[in-house]
Amino acid sequence: MESDREPIIEFNNVSFKYRVQTEPTLKDINLRIYKGEKILIAGQSGSGKSTLAHCLNALIPCSYPGDMTGTITVDGKDPSKLGVFGMSQIVGTVLQDTDGQFIALTVAEDISFALENDCVPQDEIFNKIREVGGKLELLQVMRNSPGALSGGQKQRVSLGGVMVCDVKILLFDEPLANLDPATGKRTIALIDEIMKREDLTVVIIEHRLEDVLYRDVDRVILMDGGRIIADKTPDELLCTDLLPVNGIREPLYVAALKAAGAKLMPESHPMHMETLDIEPYRDTVKKWYHSMPAHEKPKTGETVLSVQNLNFSYDGSRQILKDVSFDIKKGEMVALVGKNGAGKSTLASLICGFHKPDSGTILLEGSDISPLSIKERGEKIGFCMQSPNQMISKPMIMEEVGLGLTVRGASPKEVYDKVCDILKICGLYPFRNWPVSALSFGQKKRVSIASILVMNPEILILDEPTAGQDYMHYTEIMEFLQEIRRKLPITIIMITHDMHLMLEYTDRTLVLTDGQLIKDATPYEVLTDSAVCDRAYLKTTSLYDLAVSCGIDDTGEFAARFIDFERSKGKEVSHG
Amino acid sequence: MKIGIKEVVAMGIGTALFVVLTNVQIPVFIVPNTALQPRMAILAFLAAAFGPIVGAVVGFLGHALGDAVFYGSVWWSWVIPEAVVGAAIGIFAKKFAVKEGGFANGMNLIIFNAVQIVANAVAWILCAPVLDIVIYKEPANKVFSQGAVAFVLNIIIIGILGTILLLAYSKIAGGSSELKAEE
Amino acid sequence: MARMISYEDKDTPIHKLSGFTKLVFFIVWCMASALTFDTRVLILMLVMGFAIYAVSGTKWNQVSTVFKAIMIFMVINLTCIFFFAPYQGCEIYGTRTEIAHLFGNYTLTKEQLFYEMNVFIKYFTVIPAVFIFLVTTNPSELAASLNGIGVPYSIAYSLEIALRYIPDVQDEFIRIRNAQEARGIEMSNKGKLLDRIKNTASIIFPLLFSSMERIEVVSNAMELRGFGKKPKRTWYSRRKLKAADFLVLAFIILFFAGTVALTIKNGSRFYNPFV
Repeated sequence: MESDREPIIEFNNVSFKYRVQTEPTLKDINLRIYKGEKILIAGQSGSGKSTLAHCLNALIPCSYPGDMTGTITVDGKDPSKLGVFGMSQIVGTVLQDTDGQFIALTVAEDISFALENDCVPQDEIFNKIREVGGKLELLQVMRNSPGALSGGQKQRVSLGGVMVCDVKILLFDEPLANLDPATGKRTIALIDEIMKREDLTVVIIEHRLEDVLYRDVDRVILMDGGRIIADKTPDELLCTDLLPVNGIREPLYVAALKAAGAKLMPESHPMHMETLDIEPYRDTVKKWYHSMPAHEKPKTGETVLSVQNLNFSYDGSRQILKDVSFDIKKGEMVALVGKNGAGKSTLASLICGFHKPDSGTILLEGSDISPLSIKERGEKIGFCMQSPNQMISKPMIMEEVGLGLTVRGASPKEVYDKVCDILKICGLYPFRNWPVSALSFGQKKRVSIASILVMNPEILILDEPTAGQDYMHYTEIMEFLQEIRRKLPITIIMITHDMHLMLEYTDRTLVLTDGQLIKDATPYEVLTDSAVCDRAYLKTTSLYDLAVSCGIDDTGEFAARFIDFERSKGKEVSHG
Repeated sequence: MKIGIKEVVAMGIGTALFVVLTNVQIPVFIVPNTALQPRMAILAFLAAAFGPIVGAVVGFLGHALGDAVFYGSVWWSWVIPEAVVGAAIGIFAKKFAVKEGGFANGMNLIIFNAVQIVANAVAWILCAPVLDIVIYKEPANKVFSQGAVAFVLNIIIIGILGTILLLAYSKIAGGSSELKAEE
Repeated sequence: MARMISYEDKDTPIHKLSGFTKLVFFIVWCMASALTFDTRVLILMLVMGFAIYAVSGTKWNQVSTVFKAIMIFMVINLTCIFFFAPYQGCEIYGTRTEIAHLFGNYTLTKEQLFYEMNVFIKYFTVIPAVFIFLVTTNPSELAASLNGIGVPYSIAYSLEIALRYIPDVQDEFIRIRNAQEARGIEMSNKGKLLDRIKNTASIIFPLLFSSMERIEVVSNAMELRGFGKKPKRTWYSRRKLKAADFLVLAFIILFFAGTVALTIKNGSRFYNPFV
């Protein structure tokens, strides 16, 4: 049926091996993408999806040397001949890191960047960026610096920066990684709108499948081990079990339908929850729901941390936190959520003592911690930054993990013993004599957490522990934290954007919006409360929509039972 | 010599680092203006990693910009020697192979420290005092004493902190092979 | 963190000048100040400097913290000069007019006082120029202006990158310092020197490491958008020169030429009131 259309991107028997590696990263790729299509490329880390994308903008083989066989044609041209600069006129690449992509001092200059490099006269630049700025609704912020923009605005600037070249193809490298759920949804809507209006072809690399499928996608290319293992429409693909088998997270409503025992059919359009024809499945889901055991609320211990009437502002005028109060119980895992700038990081900073509150008290096991210095608090409340690279300062694992004890004057023997204990708990003991450089990202993350746990704190605060990680690494990090909770009497507070994480792993969710705590409830209650979700830039879970369309009233309970089911299934798998 | 994109970005972000660390000082004596400046170690690191042009530009722009935004004045007689230090250390960048993780061997340690001592001597014992005398007609004994103090402080901070940073980076960034998990 | 001097968007005649004009003015002004030791010229520059400062609408509180820091430096520097060379002035001006004997070998002379006053003013002629330059020049124009005076655009652009990422690096530095301090690694003034340096290393290393990663990401992004492929580039933020710009440029060049001429005519950089 495709034979009468001209492909705009064509891979014929393409293999590629990086010069530094022994095995090829891409193996015998054959792929056709047609003009006007929207293609999603999915696959876990190491599947070759980023390498495939780099072939489109000629970073491979021009910037990353290696051996390539087969032929690639993009818009009738050979990328390796045209080079990175030549390809940038055809394929616009939007990178994951919007701060890294925003090079200039203001929005207008950044959008102009490619034109400036192409020596376009200033008058033409002015006209062009007015046009692009208008399309992306950026005219109001043209003179702003990146620091004065929201995550969504930065994403639009990145898009504008590649659209000025009148490209034919837009390539997005994990566009949702750093966005809150609501902004991610809007980004997907924007991409859809732009591609239709400008008649573009779009390739998106992303593992947050459910979020990308918020708008129609023509085909999903699933990759694993350097090969394309599926090239199907989303409706077809979701009816198979290829996604979970290959380490990609299915949309939650799809997973729930399958859990309930429904046989999904492409004709029922499972691509979006809104368009799904629920009729064939409704009774199955209802029956399953009533057959599942009721969700048991976790038992709570005594209060370990109590925050009372906290107020804070950096400059004395704009309130960042307004009268925030909550209690954290011993052994809990709590998520702290809200859009960027809602005050989450500030709240963590106040608890750790990096800033002093204007008023209010913080009690740790009943006693006021305001007299304690940052260092003294650090012995009771550990803080772990987002990237392990922001914390690791010693080349050897032993040294790094023991650093906190060493600087506190512990004897070498004591340091050694405690470090060994904690390395055993963290599953790092076999690597104790390794340099940090030999570890994977997930293992480095463990090292940075171990280097805090070694001081035996009561509370561990984690800043976005899974940001930018794919499902496999996400699971690795979160299962690690679960294990820590089983082995140590620790209380964990996590700042996160990840709704799945909240649902699956946390006992309670604190929702901050504009400095106020607007909800303190279980994740099931939060993510099925659309009013709260709208205010806090969260997104109701699709389990909520599924429950509603099946006529189940207690949507929170439905979500809870499904997660309980998933967890018990997960345990069976890991034990079996 | 052609400057690649990576070098341009290294100059920019290196300058930003240098400026941000302007106010981070480790006091040695109680006398003012005699603190160790960790930013010198950053300059040495970047020069060793990216070469003489990056070293010179980070030294020049970083010092001028840091002076200007924090002290409201630019002491050109101390800006230029900073560029000299960066350029001189950068000459051996290829040999050090910092980005490839090749710095960590005895020979490079010796070359790096020998070069930084010579570079600092030229910059602070020769260049800076001479410029001070030419521009400000300051007394020779004063500026040479100042230069000598700066020389000593800078070779200490680059010698210790610079070496630590280079070694750690080479070990952390470089790959590793043939490691066995132990029980 | 100490307060930095930064650009403020206003509508004054100085703000309206092109960044190129201000950069050239600033550089030539610094050269003139470095060249001359003629008290009359220095005082003229000082008066002009403060006049321009007044026109630029710069608020005192934008620069007061920094100003105090320079004053402290100046006092220390002038005192040092006196202790190292109490008769430097006599050597320069060739006479010795004693005012009072202080102690030991130190006698206060009119020549020394006059010389130190000149050094003081010389330093001071640069200060208003720096203040005004930083407060009235849109940072976006700086790179374009540097390129305009002949600096290769790749080096000029590195200044744009520096200005763009200073806030990000600053923010990251503070966050890393806090997190490391919570682990117990402090940059305090206590303890042995070597330990203090090691602690500093533990804080600076992660910052350096993540900056190296940033360099990687930013260079890829720039390459994908065609940086450096052509021998020239245009600038969105370059401002066209207007009549006022040409006037200012003509003035500063004439002023510099005048200073040079005066130095040659006098046969010395110094103005000597003692003969």
